[in-house]
Amino acid sequence: MREIHVSDISAAVADLVRQACCRLPGDVVEAMRRAEETEKSALGREILGQFVLNASIAAEESIPVCQDTGLMVVFADLGQDAHITGGSLQEAVDAGVAKGTLEGYLRRSSVAEPLFNRKNTGDNTPAIVHLRLVPGDGLRLRVAPKGAGSENKSVVRMLVPADGLAGVKKVVMDAVRAAGPNSCPPMVVGVGVGGNLEVCAMLAKRACARDLGTRNPHPDYAALELELLDKINRTGIGPQGLGGSTTAFDVHIEWAPTHIAMLPVAVNINCNATRHAEAVL
Amino acid sequence: MSNQPRHITAPFDRETARSLRAGESVRITGTLLAARDAAHKAMCECLDRGEPLPVDLEGQVVYYVGPTPAKPGMAIGACGPTTAGRMDAYAPRLMAQGLLGMIGKGYRAPAVVEAMREHGVPYLVALGGAGALLCKCVTSYTVLAWPELGPEALARLEVKDFPAIVAIDCEGRNYYETAQAAFREED
Repeated sequence: MREIHVSDISAAVADLVRQACCRLPGDVVEAMRRAEETEKSALGREILGQFVLNASIAAEESIPVCQDTGLMVVFADLGQDAHITGGSLQEAVDAGVAKGTLEGYLRRSSVAEPLFNRKNTGDNTPAIVHLRLVPGDGLRLRVAPKGAGSENKSVVRMLVPADGLAGVKKVVMDAVRAAGPNSCPPMVVGVGVGGNLEVCAMLAKRACARDLGTRNPHPDYAALELELLDKINRTGIGPQGLGGSTTAFDVHIEWAPTHIAMLPVAVNINCNATRHAEAVL
Repeated sequence: MSNQPRHITAPFDRETARSLRAGESVRITGTLLAARDAAHKAMCECLDRGEPLPVDLEGQVVYYVGPTPAKPGMAIGACGPTTAGRMDAYAPRLMAQGLLGMIGKGYRAPAVVEAMREHGVPYLVALGGAGALLCKCVTSYTVLAWPELGPEALARLEVKDFPAIVAIDCEGRNYYETAQAAFREED
């Protein structure tokens, strides 16, 4: 059995946290550049150009792309033939998040308790760790910091089968319209269909983290992704909600089996600063 | 953000605040107050207790921002706008104290727009998600109160040519509505 020491996990997470916050993924910058060519609004084109410039300043000077460096969401795919040594996975990830936050001059955006006291934890811990056991003996870490402007616009609706395709489309379009400028468009829209309450929400979250331009392998869902993208880009919301034809860079849908009486739908929105970074140990 | 932005200074005088029109691009030079959720709550609790605020709001322009820490040699870190709607519950009380401008991003509640008309206050928006770019317009950041709130402390920002767009003016004209309608192509 392969051993992975927690100190290697902490070091990797510290790097990934800084990298994710300061360096927009290539596919996102490319989507901004492409939209700058096709956007119908002159102001919208100007805004997209500013975003491209922002991304290059952030990367060159190691300044966060956005001041909301977010809650630190970590997708950890752990090979079932690997053994973590030297401590706990959560503590290792948290140590990495704290180190990356301090050394990367990231904002402290986590409160320890949500309702009564809301005291800032001071180092962005605890991270939200989504652990999956997978075949193999490695550990894949994907850090996806998530700001509140877009996360606050998430929606889960427990539809019923009779709501059907029209119902699913309506949930997505209503969520996008409600999000508008608040979620800093152009956005990336992640949709989960099926499962139950928590599975559906996770599907939407994982859909958001997919690389831009990738389609669901199921042809019906792939077609629905493109149809929704077109509908969203005809709302007129545009870059920053100031009007235009680029409201979303992409729509990603993930689905799962569900109950005979259920059709849950979840929508998770990423802002234009769609951030993630990945490493394999 | 547009070819010929209008240059204005902050704090605002009443005439400037009233003259800003929805859709207008501006560059702001001068002093802004930085405050977001926790500082707004703290200011309103001051007013509840009948205590003076840490700063006189007359003419002030508040920027809804919680910056990242400044790296050595810089005045501030990334400092784009946060969602203004979360401050809707507090904004009318601050306008009644003399606040003359708000900068953030996103929609505002009808009650806020009503208070803006009453007090002659415009709402401007900055580029959400362009925090690294906007930090180049900030020359100093000084915490005025509640340092324990960290990024949410009440602070004073000195800015130079800070870019913004008037989203809702003091007569209630809403640029979000007109600009989006111009590009809507729905069946």
